[in-house]
Amino acid sequence: MAIHEKHLIRPENIKSHEKLVLDGIDISGHWSTFIETRVVKDYNEDLQEEISALPGGENVHRCWQCGSCTNACTVNAINPDFNPRYWIYLIRMGMESELLRDKEIIWQCVSCNKCTYVCPREVAPEGVMKATAHWLELKGHTKPSPSTIFDDVFSSQVINTGKIEDGLVVRNFFKRTGQSLNQPWLVEMVKRMMAHLPVTMLMKLGLSTVVHPRTQNWGAARDAINEYVAEQDAHHRKALGLEGLVEMAKQEAAAPFKHAAE
Amino acid sequence: MTDNRTDKYKKVAYYPGCALEGTGHAYNRSTKEVGKALGLELEDVKNWNCCGAMEVKNIDPKVQTYLSSRVMSQAVNEMGHSVVMAPCNGCYHNLKKAEYDLKNDETSRQVVDRISSKAGHKTYHAGEIETIHALDWIKHGIGEEGLKSRVKKSLKGMKVANYYGCMYTRPRHIFPEKDQGAGSESTSRPHFMDDLLAAAGAANVDFPLKTACCGGAHTLSDSDMSTKLVLNILKAAEASGANVIATECPTCHSGLEMHQIRAEKKFGVKTNVKILYFTQLLGLALGLTPKKVGVHENMSDSFGLLEQQGLA
Repeated sequence: MAIHEKHLIRPENIKSHEKLVLDGIDISGHWSTFIETRVVKDYNEDLQEEISALPGGENVHRCWQCGSCTNACTVNAINPDFNPRYWIYLIRMGMESELLRDKEIIWQCVSCNKCTYVCPREVAPEGVMKATAHWLELKGHTKPSPSTIFDDVFSSQVINTGKIEDGLVVRNFFKRTGQSLNQPWLVEMVKRMMAHLPVTMLMKLGLSTVVHPRTQNWGAARDAINEYVAEQDAHHRKALGLEGLVEMAKQEAAAPFKHAAE
Repeated sequence: MTDNRTDKYKKVAYYPGCALEGTGHAYNRSTKEVGKALGLELEDVKNWNCCGAMEVKNIDPKVQTYLSSRVMSQAVNEMGHSVVMAPCNGCYHNLKKAEYDLKNDETSRQVVDRISSKAGHKTYHAGEIETIHALDWIKHGIGEEGLKSRVKKSLKGMKVANYYGCMYTRPRHIFPEKDQGAGSESTSRPHFMDDLLAAAGAANVDFPLKTACCGGAHTLSDSDMSTKLVLNILKAAEASGANVIATECPTCHSGLEMHQIRAEKKFGVKTNVKILYFTQLLGLALGLTPKKVGVHENMSDSFGLLEQQGLA
């Protein structure tokens, strides 16, 4: 499939007039279609620096726009608006308002790393996608995406106990995103999962909802990780010019993963 | 890398990871059983922790590096192993990634050292252990010839699409031993699973989506995307003439199973191809019963196919 490019000429910028006379010449109808001049004046000159300051975005400046990333992209094949090359271009140009037009889909990167595999400049576009999604949320442009909520639910369990139990992650994720577990495909899945299992195994499964796996003597590791994450978070906010929010972050940082395993 | 691996892989540290104690239990069971049948010994990593999976790196990549390094530290410092085997692509990938970062990035070394000392255990240093996948373990620990001589029931009649997923080969730079010519694994056209299953008699089909993505990272947070990606894989496998997809990763495996059901229930698209871990197929070839290799623990019901092929 050819690489789909965005049209910078948008429908709202195309002006057509039923009746128009210019310099005494009637140019009504088809001939009066104009493209309104588009002036970009809201450059964020720090955009590239800001993205570079977040984990994954460090090498965004290396991009030379070959488009290999978009060509290889798993998500682009499903949704042509998902265009890493274009977003990297916008970041490097500082065209923030243009980037914000796609703010609701950037988080959809599935981390398959096909882009990073083909990139000739070691930009690690997968990392840039994550950094950009992170940036959108830190700046308040988007609400935490379902992916961020999942990362948070999952990571809080790992950091608190050293291990995860997938059933608990699923339950907590559905709870936090306000979804019902009673969905036809989920019910069918559980039915099929149970179909051949002996009673002892089912009892063990039931038990695992009460006894959660954990790594022994994990407390010190948990505290050291939390301390590091809080530091990094304050550091990122500062890099994005969100100093006013650093104090707030510090208070939050006292318990960065307050959604502890239940 | 050549080649004392037949000896070196005889007894290795085993890192099952969280998924293999939950949804991927059939993979855990079949890996251990196949090891037993082949005379390869596994010793569980003592008091292991999660490697960080696909999620912790999005909170902070260096925390993920620490988590993976701790697993390697346990295997080296608590047990004295020089090889750790991880059957899960996610675990395998993260340990490899940590190894790469600790070898090449000073900041990663500092962060890992800082958290390790605060956590009260020895810091892991690059080069202290070799991380391998279950595929490497059997491919180099036993080899195709060794496997062939132990096959009791040929997989003849099993038309297999070998599905490797993303994290076994990408990004290339964290797998320095791959793409090293004859005998090494290829990152663009992986073949270790094909080789092993062919040795067990299976008829591998020409499957174009070996390293396609199943959307595993967003299996719950962007389910429609994952269902579409999984359907690509299932349909391509059927179009290639496969009656079973062999997997080597618990996330890929449960993603394929789950979204096969979701596609049917939510979008009315039904596919019939079965899904089995490659270790389950190898176990059956080695004469183990379907129950022994956990076929009853799969959501994808393969009993009919196995009976038809004389494997159950």
